[in-house]
Parts: sequence; C-alpha cells; structure tokens
Amino acid sequence: MMLALEMYRSLPRYIAARAVGGRIPGVLTGPAAPVRLVSREEPRPTGAGWARVKPILSGICGSDLGALFGQTSLYFSALVSMPFVPGHEVVGVLEDDCEDLPKGTRVVLDPVLACAARGVERCESCAGGHTNRCDRITVGHVSPGLQTGYCADTGGGWGGQLIAHRSQLHAVPEGLSDERAVLVEPLACAVHTARRAQVPDGGSVLVSGAGAVGLFATLAMRELTNAGRISVVAKHPRQRELAKAFGASDVLAPDEVPARVRRATQAFRLAPERGGEFLLGGVDVAIDAVGSKDSLGSVLRVTKAGGRVVLSGMPATGADLSPVWFRELDITGTYATAGREAFQTAFELAASAPLDGVVGGRYPLYRWREALDHAHSAGRLGTVKVAFDLRSSR
Amino acid sequence: MSRPGFVLEVDDRTPPLIVHEGEGFRLEKFPTGTRVVYSPESLPGLRDVDGAIRQALDNPENSEPLRALLRPGMKLTIAFDDVSLPLPPMRRPDIRQRIIEQVLTMAAEAGVDDVQIIAALALHRRMMPSELQHALGERVYRSFAPDGLLYNHDAEDPDNLAFIGTTDQGEEVEINKRAAESDLLVYVNINIVPMDGGHKSVPIGLASYRSLRHHHNSHTMVHSRSFMDHTKSAMHHSAWRMGRLLKDHVKIFTVETTLNNNVFPAPYEFLNKREWEWSVRDQASMLAARRGLAIAPSKLKRRIFQNVQAPYGITGVHAGETEAVHEKTLANVFRQQAVEVQGQSDVLIMGVPYLGPYNVNAVMNPILATCMGLGYFFNSYRGQPLVRKGGAVILYHPVPYEFSQLHHPSYVDFFEEVLAESTDPATIEERFEKQYATDPWYIHLYRTSYAYHGVHPFYMWYWAAHAMDHVGDVVWVGADRRAVQRMGFRAASTLADALEMVSGTVGRSPSITYTHNPPHLVADVR
Repeated sequence: MMLALEMYRSLPRYIAARAVGGRIPGVLTGPAAPVRLVSREEPRPTGAGWARVKPILSGICGSDLGALFGQTSLYFSALVSMPFVPGHEVVGVLEDDCEDLPKGTRVVLDPVLACAARGVERCESCAGGHTNRCDRITVGHVSPGLQTGYCADTGGGWGGQLIAHRSQLHAVPEGLSDERAVLVEPLACAVHTARRAQVPDGGSVLVSGAGAVGLFATLAMRELTNAGRISVVAKHPRQRELAKAFGASDVLAPDEVPARVRRATQAFRLAPERGGEFLLGGVDVAIDAVGSKDSLGSVLRVTKAGGRVVLSGMPATGADLSPVWFRELDITGTYATAGREAFQTAFELAASAPLDGVVGGRYPLYRWREALDHAHSAGRLGTVKVAFDLRSSR
Repeated sequence: MSRPGFVLEVDDRTPPLIVHEGEGFRLEKFPTGTRVVYSPESLPGLRDVDGAIRQALDNPENSEPLRALLRPGMKLTIAFDDVSLPLPPMRRPDIRQRIIEQVLTMAAEAGVDDVQIIAALALHRRMMPSELQHALGERVYRSFAPDGLLYNHDAEDPDNLAFIGTTDQGEEVEINKRAAESDLLVYVNINIVPMDGGHKSVPIGLASYRSLRHHHNSHTMVHSRSFMDHTKSAMHHSAWRMGRLLKDHVKIFTVETTLNNNVFPAPYEFLNKREWEWSVRDQASMLAARRGLAIAPSKLKRRIFQNVQAPYGITGVHAGETEAVHEKTLANVFRQQAVEVQGQSDVLIMGVPYLGPYNVNAVMNPILATCMGLGYFFNSYRGQPLVRKGGAVILYHPVPYEFSQLHHPSYVDFFEEVLAESTDPATIEERFEKQYATDPWYIHLYRTSYAYHGVHPFYMWYWAAHAMDHVGDVVWVGADRRAVQRMGFRAASTLADALEMVSGTVGRSPSITYTHNPPHLVADVR
C-alpha cells in the first residue's frame, strides 16, 4: 500500500469547482476538494518495458490546478480514467531494471502514454516521432489517459509509486540536482513551444503570462531561437525579475499590453466601440502561457497580420476570434513535447539556466491542502513552482 | 502709472500669499525672510490697437511698408502663432485676427489674390476649427478655411516641405514649402515671454523635425541660460543662424505684438493684485473661489479654468525686418515683466498654474507640469538662475497621473516606458528620441487628429534639462507621489515638509525666493 493523492469522480464537487473556480481556492482545497489523500494499492508493471518509479519530487502544474478547480474543458473527460493519481512533472528513482536503465537510476518522465507504452502498433503520429500527438491514448495495456497523472493504472507523481514505460524515461545526468531535474519536463514543453513558434530571425515575441509555463517559454525562446525583442506580461514583482533573468527584453503589466506592444512594434492602435483595444501591426509571435479568455483575447489583438499565436497554456473558451479571421493569424497548439531531442535540450537548459530557487515550495503529501493553496497563489507569493516532496511523505 | 515689479521680504505682517497649484490656488504663509518676487503691475494697453497696427504696417522697422511689398500676381502667405499662445487665450477679438484682417485688406487693395494662411505649429497639435475661429475671427475663417486656404502646418508632409539649406554649423533648415516659395511671408506673432518671437517664429514654427532637432535637444537646452535671454541661449543662437539663412531665400515681414499682465478676468481679478491690497470685494471673490473650487468636481474645475479668457491689453505692435522688430518687442516685454533681484538663494519656490502652452483644453499632465516648473518658470531669469547651483526647487502642483489621450498619446508612453528607464535627458535622447519621432502611429495622429508629435514629450523634458542639471533637489508640494517619483522627484504634503526634505541639500536655515507667477515675470538676477 502507498500513500497517494487521488482525484475521483464526484459530480457535486465538479459542479462546486466549476461554480467557485479559482475565486475561492480555499473551498476547493478544503471541504469541496475533488482530491483525497488515500492509501491505495501500488501500481504494478503491466508487461515488458515497464518498471516501478519512486518519485522524489513531483511538481504541481497549471493543468493539474485547472483540473482541480474545474477550469479544464470537458473535452478531456474522454481522455482520462478515474480515479487517478495526478502528477506528471516527476523526478524519481527506478525500482526495477528497465531495459538499458538499471534499478536505482534517477529518471524524469515524459508523461505521454503513447503507442509504445500501450503496446499497440504505432500510429501515424508516433511513427513520425510526434508521440505527443498519439492517436491511441485510450487503448492498449493501460486504461485511457493522455498522460501519466491522468491514468487510473499508472499512478502519478503525487503518490508513493508509479509505473512508467521505458519510452517515457530519461536518465538524469550526474550532478543535476533533484530541484532542477523536476523542472526538466516543463522545460521540455517550453523547448517544444519554442520550436513550434517558428520565430523569424529578429522577430518580436510576446509571452502572455509569467508563471512557470511563460517563464520557461521565455527562457527557451531566448536560448533556442533568434528572436529579437521578447516582451513578457507579468503581474507580480518576482515574476518580473525572473522574466528579465530568463531573457525578456521588457516586462509589461497586463493592462499595458496594447500600448507597450504598439510602442515596441510601431503599430497602429484602434479602439472598437466595445471590447479591448487592438493593433494593426503588432508582434510576429505571441504565446498565450496563461490559458484564460482574457490572455488569449489579448494576444490575438496584438499579433500582426499573418503572425502566429501559440497556445501554450491549456486554452479557455470564450475569446473573440475575430482577429484570427481578419488578420489571418496562425493558431498553433503546443502540447507536451515530442521526442528525446527536446528532453536532451531541456536537460542542458536545466543545468545552465538560473533556476536556483525556482522550486519555491516543497510539501509532503499530507500537507497537500497547503501545497495546492500555495500553487494556486504562486505568482502572488513569489513562487514559480511548487512540488510535492515524496521523500518526506513515506 | 503702473508700479514696477519688486521684491518683498516676508515679515510678521505679511499676509498669506497666493500660490498657484494646477486648477486651484492656496494661501501660503512663507517663512520670515523669504523673498517674494512680484511682476510689474499691468501696463496700460494701447487705446487704438487698430491704429497701432496700421501704423506698424505702414512704418515698419528696417523695411519698406507692407503696401509696397504687395503686388498683383504675387504669392502671399500669412503665418501665425498657434494655440499655444497667448496663455490664457485672449478675449475676442484676438490680436492675430486684427492684424491679419488689416494685412488681407491691404493685399486685396493691392490686387493680391493668391493668399494662404498657415498656423505655424511646428510639432504642436493641430488647431481645431473652433480655435482657428477664435484666433482669426469668423470672417477670415469663413473666407479661407472652406477652400483649404487656411490650414495647419504639417511638419510630416514631405510633399509640402522645402529644404532651404544648411547653416555654417551644419544645421539643416527645412520649412513649409508654401511659405518658402512665397514672394512674401508675413508672420504674425504674440510675444508673451521674451523667449518667443524673433527668429524663433519662422525657422521653428514652420519647420520639420529634421530641422527642429538641431536646437530642440538636451545639449542646447542645458546650454541655454536662459531661454528668456536669446543672446545667451544656445537654442536661440541656432534659430538665429537658421533665420539669417532663411532671410536670404524668403522675404519675411514680421509683425510682433506684446501684451500686458492683465491675465485674470473678473471674478479672478484679485489674482492680478498684491495680497495686502485686496479690497473687501477681492477678498470675497477669493473666498468664494476657494470654497467653490474645494467642492467642485475635477471636471467642472477644469472647465472653469479652461474657459478663462484674458482681457489683455496690447502694449506694442511692431512690424518689419525680424531682428529690428524683435528688439522693440523685447524692450516692451521686459518693461512689463522684468524685476531686479539681488543675488541667488538656496531655495526657489514656484507655483505651477493650470495652464501651459501645450495643455490648452486639456489636463496638465506630469511631463507638462515639469516643463512649466523646471522649464519655463525656472528659466525666467537673465544673468543667473534665482537659485544657486546645487540648491533646491520647491514646486506646487497636484501633478495628476492623468493624460489626454487625444492630445498627448506619446506622453503616456514616454511617461510609462522612457522615464521608467531613465530620467536623464541626454540618455533619453540617445536611446529613445528617434523611435518616438519616427513612430508612424504618432505621426498619423499628429497629422490627422489633434495629437502633439511623438517627439514632443522629449522636448518638454529637455526644457527642464538646465534646471535638472543646476539644482540638487526638486520637491513637489501637494503632488501625486507615484507621478513625481516616476520623474525622479519627491513629493511633500506641506511647505514645511518640503523644506525639511531639502534640508539635507540646503541646510535648515536656507535663503528662500518665491516667484509670484503668474502674471509673468522675468528676474534680472544680479
């Protein structure tokens, strides 16, 4: 038996989460929480290539909070199997030999449960190396689940043990601390974002949001592309500092976006009769790293005609898509990461970037309510990443 | 007989004195020993203004009479000072209307039919139709504006600019093409301070950014000591070089006018007077104004003040060759505004009123308040500044964190973006000026809306460069702290607090001078 946080199906709690959302987080990490701390059976390897992993640190991602606070689209309900143990940003230790990786190896997880892990014939996407686009994530040896952390069979990082397939595992280089290693998965996502953004040389970039997703996207953009000016929208002082440290050319407050982007790009600025101001002209590439209606609406309005808007945060509904049509914007999704190269690059970034102190809160599992509260208010509290420390939870 | 200006030394019997602070004023009790500089009393205005205009046009300085310069078939252009003058706006009929009507009459009598009238606004905002009507009168407006013969100068219209040449200092002279190609250019000026007029009229009022950047920059501003003395102003030296070059290419007939200090109409006449001479009626007016302003909402206060129109008297009209005319003009201005002051002080106190040249019908934003206080008022001296090098300046103004999006769009960005990076005029100039000057959105708004040019807030900041270079401390009394901090200054609630704050710079018993302005004054500091 192991201790784990489990997310379970409860219609009243889901309705409460949708109704309250993030406005009263104390309710959703308190009496109406759709997660519970339980003792449950440890997951067992289901076949060849699978091994047990004992998590050391497991991060709390924005998508985890979205699920918890009822902000995630029901679109994903067909892609998960309940009850599941959340947690997909994991650094842990192999409990079994796993093909070429011996027991005791420190590993990080590529959480996508693609064809190889499911033991099915590779789909077109997986064959092309785009495992994050796998079409078989609901079939095969394990229950439906787009990732580890959303699948009933595999366990997740917020529990004492999980199982992972060799195709998901990446050995952590010697000398890379656990605190940096737990950031490798979100960094790999940021690497993928930077690739997908296709920033032209010297092109201008707007990153809306300075949580972990936005900050890491900024870092990856600066390190991996020839972007010119990178402007980051940040609300809180610590976020502003880190955005600069990670390569932002300038940092804007949310209400400054149209004016400052206009200034930087020398665009024309117009105010419709209702709704926010928008630009004729604007940045070459905008990245929505928040996923809210306001953030998406904002980046759509300040991206230049023919420009690219990258959805890096899990998107919300309700934004006005008129600029997409009128300005012929390319909307690009960026989900998880594709292949080993991105993880390799992420390991390099994790080793070299100024990431000390980025994991700003570590909690044992039994203090999960505090951890989730902290994660929900991380920006305001000056924290980028909150993680569960499983070593102190056993 | 008007009494000359003088310096009052505050003693036990001195009543609280008026200090202007934006859309309001306060009565301030100054420390004993404070020197208060009062401008001369308002000079009597000319009784027959139209006669004086006729006399000036018929008997010009160092020039043939205007009639002799007019002939059929010629191209005549009349340019005039824009909405930034005078302050407050003049009660109708405006002196520009009176002069231009006479010039037009003479032109018609001479058979001149190719006439255009241009508001010489440089990089200021365009004048609105109502403002053009106010300045030139209904008759002129209706006769010329509908046919496009009365219009605003456009410094960003490459098709309507003419490059004249380069001065011996390498300054490019580029002005309005119509004016440059005219057989005669008549310039109608209102000279409210000694900085105005002379070769500052045509080479600046009708110029392009390409030309203006040679004298409107932090270097010349720091070396203009002061703007009110053109012989010691690097900015004026540059304008004079340009004017002399222009003179060889364009026949310019300058008409300059001077005003008296009758700035405030009823019921605000008490603001023109010395406090201890207020009648009972003045005191009642003052009390009513204070009480009313204290409870009036800010929009109403702004409307009240922006509707003030001054019952100026005209003290002089001179016409002819620019430099000869300007000498006469300056004599008139100094007769009205000069006050002799003995020596500098440790602290200079100034009240910044609601209106400056660039916020007619708009809020005075923080940049403009700084320009008024540290630019224009600080520079209202000849000889040496009223405050010693390294001394302190205390200003009164609420400095609202507020901007007119219509008139000052680039100011907002300048305040938020540029001043967040640096407040040093030279640094700002090097890093940001060109970006703002060439920003197509600002250019579009300048040309088609009523916005000041994108580079204009830089110029306002440069105006204050000399003061910022000269003084060691600047404190604003009653100001929005956030706004003044962004500009690198400090805010105090009261004069006592402000003096306490500057004590680190000037000590605890500093000598203090308060310039009681407006009405305008120029201190001759010995």
